[in-house]
Parts: sequence; structure tokens; C-alpha cells
Amino acid sequence: MSAKSILEADGKAILNYHLTRAPVIKPTPLPPTATHNPSPKLASIYFPEDADIKGVLDEAEAKYPWLHAPGAKFVAKPDQLIKRRGKSGLLALNKTWAEARQWIAERAGKLQRVETVDGYLRNFLVEPFVPHPQGTEYYININSVREGDWILFTHEGGVDVGDVDAKAEKLLIPVDLTEYPSNAEIAATLLKKVPKGVHNVLVDFISRLYAVYVDSQFTYLEINPLVVIPNKDATSAEVHFLDLAAKLDQTAEFECGVKWAIARSATALGLPVITSKDTKVSIDAGPPMEFPAPFGREMSKEEAYIAEMDAKTGASLKLTILNSTGRVWTLVAGGGASVVYADAIASAGFAGELANYGEYSGAPTETQTFHYAKTVLDLMLRAPQHPEGKVLFIGGGIANFTNVASTFKGVIRALREVAPLLNEHKVQIWVRRAGPNYQEGLKNIKAVGQELELNMHVYGPEMHVSGIVPLALNGKTSDIPEFSG
Amino acid sequence: MPGVVQNGTNGTAAAANGSNGHQRGNSLSANDNIRRFQAPSRPMSPPADHTLFHNKTRCFVYGLQPRAVQGMLDFDFICKRKTPSVAGIIYTFGGQFVSKMYWGTSETLLPVYQDVEKAMAKHSDVDTVVNFASSRSVYQSTMELMEYPQIRSIAIIAEGVPERRAREILHVAKKKGITIIGPATVGGIKPGAYKIGNTGGMMDNIVASKLYRPGSVAYVSKSGGMSNELNNIVAQMTDGVYEGVAIGGDRYPGTTFIDHMLRFQADPNCKILLMLGEVGGVEEYRVIEAVKNGTITKPIVAWAIGTVASLLKTEVQFGHAGSFANSQLETAAMKNKSMKEAGIFVPDTFEDMPQVLGSVYQKLVKDGTIKRAPEPAVPKIPLDYSWAQELGLIRKPAAFISTISDDRGQELLYAGMPISDVFKENIGIGGVMSLLWFRRRLPEHASRFLEMVLMLTADHGPAVSGAMNTIITTRAGKDLISSLVAGLLTIGSRFGGALDGAAEEFTKAYDKGLSPRDFVDTMRKENKLIPGIGHRIKSRNNPDLRVELVKDYVKKNFASTKLLDYALAVESVTTSKKDNLILNVDGCIAVCFVDLMRNCGAFSAEEAEDYLKMGVLNGLFVLGRSIGLIAHFLDQKRLRTGLYRHPWDDITYLLPTLNAGGSEGRVEVSV
Repeated sequence: MSAKSILEADGKAILNYHLTRAPVIKPTPLPPTATHNPSPKLASIYFPEDADIKGVLDEAEAKYPWLHAPGAKFVAKPDQLIKRRGKSGLLALNKTWAEARQWIAERAGKLQRVETVDGYLRNFLVEPFVPHPQGTEYYININSVREGDWILFTHEGGVDVGDVDAKAEKLLIPVDLTEYPSNAEIAATLLKKVPKGVHNVLVDFISRLYAVYVDSQFTYLEINPLVVIPNKDATSAEVHFLDLAAKLDQTAEFECGVKWAIARSATALGLPVITSKDTKVSIDAGPPMEFPAPFGREMSKEEAYIAEMDAKTGASLKLTILNSTGRVWTLVAGGGASVVYADAIASAGFAGELANYGEYSGAPTETQTFHYAKTVLDLMLRAPQHPEGKVLFIGGGIANFTNVASTFKGVIRALREVAPLLNEHKVQIWVRRAGPNYQEGLKNIKAVGQELELNMHVYGPEMHVSGIVPLALNGKTSDIPEFSG
Repeated sequence: MPGVVQNGTNGTAAAANGSNGHQRGNSLSANDNIRRFQAPSRPMSPPADHTLFHNKTRCFVYGLQPRAVQGMLDFDFICKRKTPSVAGIIYTFGGQFVSKMYWGTSETLLPVYQDVEKAMAKHSDVDTVVNFASSRSVYQSTMELMEYPQIRSIAIIAEGVPERRAREILHVAKKKGITIIGPATVGGIKPGAYKIGNTGGMMDNIVASKLYRPGSVAYVSKSGGMSNELNNIVAQMTDGVYEGVAIGGDRYPGTTFIDHMLRFQADPNCKILLMLGEVGGVEEYRVIEAVKNGTITKPIVAWAIGTVASLLKTEVQFGHAGSFANSQLETAAMKNKSMKEAGIFVPDTFEDMPQVLGSVYQKLVKDGTIKRAPEPAVPKIPLDYSWAQELGLIRKPAAFISTISDDRGQELLYAGMPISDVFKENIGIGGVMSLLWFRRRLPEHASRFLEMVLMLTADHGPAVSGAMNTIITTRAGKDLISSLVAGLLTIGSRFGGALDGAAEEFTKAYDKGLSPRDFVDTMRKENKLIPGIGHRIKSRNNPDLRVELVKDYVKKNFASTKLLDYALAVESVTTSKKDNLILNVDGCIAVCFVDLMRNCGAFSAEEAEDYLKMGVLNGLFVLGRSIGLIAHFLDQKRLRTGLYRHPWDDITYLLPTLNAGGSEGRVEVSV
């Protein structure tokens, strides 16, 4: 639970719906609009694994009839939290639907390298192409810091915006919104280099955009380019956010979930509402917000399984596979300790061999620990054997109130199930843990190690939290004795 | 809180009336073991600004967290505090006036307040709050708490507080000069003085890390879990912790490293500063700044965790919400490098930190900055009963035993059978009854028979006395349970009791070896009606279909029907006298049930007798008839019937005449 990136389509849907609805913090120079925005034209096309590409595209055509509008031109791009798509050739501009369709079909489901990351292209966004005169491309960015929210603005937006930090005008909106700047201050700070004629329109837009940012609890919002085409008397303007990246505060779901949902409901998106017998009743007026994994980090079955288990309990269970054929695996309790272990493994020179990051904490039950441990062990033993063997760290800090013996029971059960394979894969197991009843927990795991003839070393609180890592990976020695029970 | 004390509200009193509860001459009542505290005398002068907590700090705990509060009181006790640090509990959903806690081995009572205002008014000595409110409600409660000028600091424990709300809290706190610790933290600890919530873990760990007395190292850590690890490291390498704060893993902690580092710098008792930073955010740089400009002069040992992040190919969100680098500056590697350049003692890896800390400490001992205080005696920790039990150290006889169901595990068990199997094997209500009533699976035909009995006894029309009582009670406007119970309470030897009676009489006669005719004759001689024989309307020629149903089923399915056969023989004797003296449905069910108990193979002879004696047949009737009684209740409600009043003309009034003479005290009525 933290600030999480959202899909471009979702970000645009939220802006489109709430721009005219979110309460502005101070009156803007323009009168409030009488009508709300029409539904946005956002064709979000998802290709599941092994999808019939033609079928998915046909379905999309049926769902978004405006794709067939005569003479219409479109923009097509993958919508998977990829930065700088234009530079990676992942942007199709000014295409007819037939061309855009062809362009997507060639890429859907294919492995793509973006900078250093490989990932499958699965989600595309198709929108109407917006022709616009030169000089109407702006850049705006709102991001949150401790003292407030920075608004960065420059009149020279576009793909080649360059170093915005250096060239953008900046305005800090303080946390206490009673100190919100006046329209004149906004114009004076941000719009210094913009012709006076569009000031009112832009101040109005910025104020509304910021209102949405606050109201829907964004933590980051970047629009580039932002195209603003004022009407003749500059009393309103056509505003288009051509490209958008945003993060929402996932922890605010209980306050904003309803706002996120309604903006993405079929009605708000102008889609036909399909009701069938097995439509799930969602808690809000629209589908719950999705927080996609970063590009190239599609969740594996196992990660999804752990995430699902995590969502269902008060305990915390996290698993991220970094390198499924890596030699070094971790089964670490505690959010802080798990990072410390990953650090230690990396500083021992094994960053590339680190197979997973994960943690379990918050007093999980024996069964939950078992399923968690089993998942990690299965993944480790599924990968091919390595001539130098593998290393498993069953680590953790000094627990505050988790009964170590009882969580270790779950780990022990999982070890028992795969014991022969552990030896076949030449797995060294290094254990360090402390906290309530750790003596019993360590005694039990040591006994099992001996019984099943595992290559196992067990340490208690005398050993530094991640002190076993250099012992295991760099062959260092320590005068701290192993736990003797 | 005098006056609200009640004796024996929990375990301690229960133990006294257990099997080993012999009375001793000088025995104490539970009440005598409760200590009551006056508010502590205030320190002579207000504490210095840098002193957030001291050994007279008093706090409120917001939220019902008995375990955390107990931990705090235990800590106070082993620190030899005179009064507990917790002055009271604020629990808005309250209902309880006091919460009973241990003070050492005796007990004390903590007041529980439903609203903040009252709590503040009552305890003007409280200046800090440990806020356990959930991430949803913590914003509102913290804002409310900050309205009281007596509050100097608040610890927010909840994880997942929306970032905007966290910033609003810290903004207001800053204006008012209130120190916020958290959100998403375990809190902090000042050895020998005060401990926030669950900080430091269990008592054995607090003792192991010597947190009952102050040392000279003060630390700030982001992670609460790692703060425990720091306690351990500091205890191993130096003379111990002076103060420790975990600021929390969120992006916007209420106070950050610098706030506490400056306090530690100002506090003359603190000699070494220790900081455990993390990838994400830029707050470590403010400490670097303070070192560079000479604001902080005491030696600092520091490390930022999360150095691995820059070495991974993709972005990983680590355990903490704030642990995510948005720029090069926010990476752990850059932080460690910058700290080192500023002259902070930064180890090469986190594993080397204990050695670095140890050498800094030794240097200060050598130059006389730190003088080791004599080690006080290690305090004894009272072991909590439930924990001792979990460790298998103690035992006590249980006051209750249950052998039929268990709800403690992953799945509810009925006599050992998981509830999912109950449905998988489709054992029906008869199967569930056999599990819960008899603790065994009865053969299919037996559980079907139980269901049959329930169906047959479910209702017998509105006119029978039980239904009548339910109807009348319902019409008096009473609720379902009262109306149902009114009907059930009618069941006894006359109404509904035929089942038990029939089973008893027939069994007795059969077991004695009386011939059916002898049995009928004996009963007549004793002027007793045979229960289970006779029907108002039905007769031999107009048989009761319900009885036929039962007979057919039983004949077809039961291994033996000896008692039924016997009862049918009795019936042929009685019907020869009068046509309607047939074996009625009650009698039939009763004898068949005895046949079932005796011959289905699931019960020994003794068990069968035992169950019958316990009145299990009555149980069947009560259960079955409850269906009908509830139906009558619903029926009357549905019909919206009003209060029933019996007409006068349907009651014969026969009253004694008092002035007619003394002998008229008794009324004799002959019908």
C-alpha cells in the first residue's frame, strides 16, 4: 500500500470526469462550466496471454464504434507504465484505424525491450489524433513533497521537453489549502512566458487540474504535451492531455475509491452497460481501481497467489521474483529486515543471483507461513540445478510480538515436503531469527535440519540480523557460535 | 475509580473456586490485590524542550489495545517507575469504565474514556498520546487530540494513512509545536522512563537489550522492526540505549531524522547518535546539513538501507511505503556516500555497523566522555499467564470441558468432522444431530429416522397448548424468542411428554418380561393410562397415516424392531377393549427410537439407556416442535393479530364467600 502508478487510460478517465466536478479551492477566473465533459474516447485494448489477437481487436471495434468514424485519425500506443514511448518507437501517430489496428496486431503479445527492461506488450490505448497548431503544447507536472505540492509548468512542452527541472516555472502549493495562491499569483509564477491572452484559460485549467489532484488524492501527475487551444474570445479552451503519467495514493482508497470508480464506470466512459448473470456486484459505481505492475514485471502465478493471500489477511506477505534462475533465495520476516538481507546479498556481490525479494510479517498464522514458504521453495526447486548449488536465507529481525516458534512451524512443514529436492539442488540453508519464543523455533528448525540431513546453519540474536549473509556467500567466518538450543 | 470495582471479573477469581480452591485463613479477596495510583507529583520544573519523555511522563492510549498497554505497564514496573505511564485509555466505542491491568504481580485499574474532552479534563498531567486508531480514523482522532494544548507529542501507529492526511497532520502539528511520531511505526522507547506501545517487543527481549536502564546511545530509525535490532546491537556493543525513536516507514513521517537528532544533540546525557535511514525521501540530507554547519557535533553512526535497489534491473517497492527512490539523491547508496563525506561514521555494509559503533563507543569511554554507570540488578519479569501457557511452562485445570465441537482451528469441527466435510458428504440435519448429540456418525438409516421424527413432530396445529401459548404471547407483542419459549415451556409430562413416558413404560415392561396382556392389566390395576396409546379420532379401522409411515420405514430399515413389535402386541390388547386405543404417533416414535438406540450398533446397552435417561427423546420433540412454534409466531405476526383477551363467558367464576364463615377458605370444585 503506497503511491502506485496507474494506466494512462485510467488517469485520463479520472481527469475527464472530475475536471468539472472536483470542488476548486478558490474561484477561478472563468465562470464554472454549465456542462460536464463528454465521455472521453479511450479505447483500452488488453491482450491476455494466448489471446486471439484478431478476436480481441474485433471485439474492441464493436465496443468502441467511434473507431470506424469516417476519416478519423488515431494515436495508438502501449499503456503499460512505459516511459518515453516515443523514443522506443512505441507511438503510432496520425493513423487510420486500419493502420492503427495493423500496428497493434504486429506488437500485441510480443516481447519488447525498453531501455534495459524486457516485457510483453499486452495493453494498448487508442485515442483520436488531435491536430494542433504549433505553440499550443505545454508541459505540466504536479508532484507532492513534504511541504506541499509542486506545480511545474512550461510553455515548451512536447516530446523533447528536455530538463524540466531546470526550465519549468515552479509553484509550491502549501499543504494548508487556506494558503492557496490567488489567480494572479498563479499567473505571475507559472505563466510568465505565456501570452497574456490565454492566462485566464490556463489558470482556470491549472486550478481545476489541481482540484482533481487533491480531490482524487494523486501523488504525481504529469501531462506532456498538454494542448490548450483557446476559443476566439479566450473565455474557454479546448484542452487535450495527449500523454499522461500519474500515481494515486492507494492508501486513500477508502476516501477516494468511489471517485476513482465512477470516473471509470461504463456510463462515464460512454460504453454500453452490459449486465449479465455473472456480473460481479462491485462496491462502487464502477470497477475498482487497478494498479498494474511495472512494465516487464508481469506478475507470475506465484506472485499473484501471494498477493491474493496478502490481501485477505491482516498479516503482510510480499513476494517479487527478481531472477527465477538466481542462486540466492530469501525467506525473510519483516519489512526492514528483508531490505537489509537484499542489501547484504547485493553487497556480497550477488545482486545478479538474487532470485526474489519478499517478506512476511505482522504475525501470519502457521498455515499462511507454510503456503508462503512452500511457494518460495517450489520456485527455487523448479529452476534448474546449479553446479555451485543454491543458498536459502531463512532470516529475520527480532520480532516484536510474532511467536517465532509458531511461524517457524509453517516453514518447517514446507521444508519437510521438499527435503530430498533441497539436497539434490545442493541448497545451503542459513537461518537467523529472534523474538518471542525464538529458542523453541530455532531448536525445532535445527532438529529438522539434522533429521532430514539438510545443509543448515542456525543463529539467534547473538548474530547480527544479516550477519549470516557474508558467512554464506563470501566464506567469511565468525566467532559467534551457532545456536545450540 | 472507586465504586466501579467489581470482584472477580476475570481469570484470577475463577481460579479461586477451581478444584484447588481451599480457603486459607488470611486469604485476600481479588480486590485487595488491586493497586490504585494517584497522579504523580509534577516535576519541579517543566522538562527541557529536548526531553520528549521522562520517567514521570503520563500518556493516554487511544484505542483498545490491552496487550500494548500491559506491555507499557510491565516496562514501567521493571523500570521502577512509581506510577504507570498510562493514565487512561480513550476508546470511543467504549462501554467499559475501567480496564484491569497488571502492575507487577498485583493489579491496577485504568480508566476508559469515551471522549477525549473528559479524559483531558481528568488528567491534566498527560502530555502524550499513543494513537492506535486505524488508518481510516487516525486523521480525525489526531486532529481532535491536537486541539488540547496539554498535548506535546502523539505517536501514530497505523499503517496506510493517506499521504495527504499525513501531511495535513504534520502541518498542524508543526504549527502547534507538537511532536508526531509515525504514522506506520511501532513508536519509540526511552530506557528506564517510558515506552510507546509495543516498542521493544516482549519483556524478555527488553531485558536482554537492557532497556530498563538508560545508556548513552540515542537512535532514530525508519523501520520499527529494525529498531528492535538496533536495541540489540546497541546493547551488545555499548552501554545501552539512551533513547530510540522509529519515525515510521511512510513517505511523510510526522517528524523525521533531523527533529530527533537535534533533540539528542541538545540532551547532555546522550553521547552517541545512531541513525538508520532508508532508500526514498531526502530527509537524511537535513542531518548531513546539520553536521556540515556544525549544529550537530556529537559523533553519529549511520547507515541507509536499501542499497540493493540501484543494483536491481526493475523497480521494486520494498516493505515500506516510503522506500522508493524517485531520484538519484534518494538512493541508499548516494545517502551513504554523502553521509560519509560529511564525517558521519558510515560502515561499508550494514553488517559492519556493530563494529563501527563499538569502536566509536570505546573511543568515548577512553577519553572519558562516557562513564559507565554501575549495572543495576536485572529486574525480574512477571510472565504473562497466556504466554507462559503458549510456551508450555504452566498448566491449570480447565473450568469447562467440551467434547462436541471446536471453533479454534482453521475450520469448525463437529465431533471432529470439519464443516466442509459435513457439506461434502451431505450428511443432513440428522447427520449433524448424530455428531453433536451422540458424538458419532450414525448409519444413514438412523439419521434419516431422526429427521423423520423432526418432520413428524414439527407441528400439531394451533389448538395444542404449546402452540396456544406461543400464539397468545406473540399476540401480546413479544419477540420471537419470548414467544417460542412460552410454547416450549409448556412441554412436560402432559404436553409432548408422551414420548418420554411411552419409551419408559414400554421399555420397563418389556425388560421385565411382562407379556403385553400382563402389562395392560398391571397398568389398569395401578389406575395409570399407558402413554403412547390412544387417539381422539383415529382407530384401528381409520389408522393414523403418520404411524403407518414410521412403522413401514422402521420395519424396512431397522436391524431389530423388538420393542415396536411388543408395542403393537399391546395395541392389539387395548384395541380389543376400545377401537381408538391404538399405538399413537408419540408411542410409535418412542418405541422405534428405543429400538434404534439399542440395535443400530452404534451404542452399547449402557449408552443407550443413558441417553434415554438424559431425556434425548424430549430433546427430539423440543427441536421438532420449535419449527412449528416459530411458524405460529410468524403466522400471527403476518396476520397482524392484536392482543388476545379470553372472553369472560368462557370462564366459570366460582369465588368463595368470605363472610359465610371460616370453613369457606377452600373452594372445592367438582365437575
